[in-house]
Amino acid sequence: MKCAKTPLKGWKELPEGGTITEPGSSVLFDASAWRTSMPIIDHAKCTKCGMCWIFCPEAAIKVNPDGSYEVEYMYCKGCGICEKACAVKAIKMEEEKK
Amino acid sequence: MKKVGLSGNYAIAYAVKMADVDVIAAYPITPQTTIVEKLSEFVANGELDADYINVESEHSAMSACVGASMTGARVFTATSSQGLAFMHEVLFMASALRTPMVMANVNRALSAPLNIWNDHADAMAERDAGWIQLWVSSAQEAYDTTLMAFKLSEETRLPVMVNLDGYILSHTYEPVELIAEETVREYIPSKPLVNRLSPKTAFSVGVVGPPEYYFEMKYQAIDAIERSRMSISKITADFNRSFGRSYDDVYAYGMEDAEYALLTMGSMTGSARVVAEELRKEGLKAGVVSIRTFRPFPVERLIKKVDGLKGLGVMDRASTPGGPSNPLFSDIATCLYGLKDRPILQSFVSGLGGRDISLDNFRTMFKATKEAADAKAPKPCMYVGLRE
Repeated sequence: MKCAKTPLKGWKELPEGGTITEPGSSVLFDASAWRTSMPIIDHAKCTKCGMCWIFCPEAAIKVNPDGSYEVEYMYCKGCGICEKACAVKAIKMEEEKK
Repeated sequence: MKKVGLSGNYAIAYAVKMADVDVIAAYPITPQTTIVEKLSEFVANGELDADYINVESEHSAMSACVGASMTGARVFTATSSQGLAFMHEVLFMASALRTPMVMANVNRALSAPLNIWNDHADAMAERDAGWIQLWVSSAQEAYDTTLMAFKLSEETRLPVMVNLDGYILSHTYEPVELIAEETVREYIPSKPLVNRLSPKTAFSVGVVGPPEYYFEMKYQAIDAIERSRMSISKITADFNRSFGRSYDDVYAYGMEDAEYALLTMGSMTGSARVVAEELRKEGLKAGVVSIRTFRPFPVERLIKKVDGLKGLGVMDRASTPGGPSNPLFSDIATCLYGLKDRPILQSFVSGLGGRDISLDNFRTMFKATKEAADAKAPKPCMYVGLRE
């Protein structure tokens, strides 16, 4: 777990009292190391129904302009809810290999 | 300035009123109750323009104080014993979230058995909460210290606990010199701190600190209390100069030439001094040192005061069951560890659950300290006044 886009700040640089002074900073938070398995979308099977997008508790599924879906792996914690929600079994959780 | 007869609790209530606090959130508990009772009167009759939040517990009182402090308000609460224990988890948040506030803790024993009388167990159990802990030994000192505490808290952005002994100080009437209210307002002008909860800003507070951040955030609070030593010295010196007092981090009697001394905290300092004066008349070079700022601990000042002593008896009015020693003794021993010629230390526990510490008890402790020092062999902790 690390902030991919910003280097970690030291105690002298951090705002006092754990205050976060910039809104929307959670987009910088890389949660990918929480995963032990990752969802893989089989676009040949996908019917673009959007169930994975609705059910993802982390909003880690992105809609592309053509209506297809993809996983934003920086935010995906590998819970597997999308795999369960997919009616056509187009999503498979595969072991995370690092 | 005018002199009036006030209990320790009322002295604090007057200080809080004069400090023009914005928010008071408190739950009644003996022997603290008369502080917030008096404050509720001040609010109800219009003498103090503050929000008085009635809460259902001390846990909520402290939580409300943290929230109120985050808006930049000047905040006060008071508690004792079980109430302080019930605040426990929120106390750590108050210090690490850097929410300035002042709390009077009227020291009382912890149950069981249920006991409403004085000892220091409540505050000692919160030793590591990151709060500045000040201890007073008279109603006047309670009043003055509460005023200084607001300045200190807002300057360091740390919560400050003012400790006073239950009943012995809280309910005993003493002449107290009150500073004129306008003068107090000039001394601690209402200077709103940053409002971290304003809808005009987009601050997040009380966020998760994962392993990548917790250490740094916690260290900020550790650093803040270390640096608060400077603020304490400066604020105390300013206060002394402005209002003709003579407070110091460490109170000392006879320490210029003392050979044997007792180290105390809180109201027992007075009795220790009376016995030290007697012993001096009998030819024993006795002294008394009392800690006024328990956190941050006045390491350098204390070493200076006790340097050259033959024996130092350390009086704890609390215990650390199963520990190598008791809270105050542990700190003193740590301070003196590096000294080449450190005094012989003798540990005492006395006065638990409001048991009177009589003048005879103090004579016993001076005698035992002298014997330990002369024989260069301290005894294990002595429980003075305990029936076998």
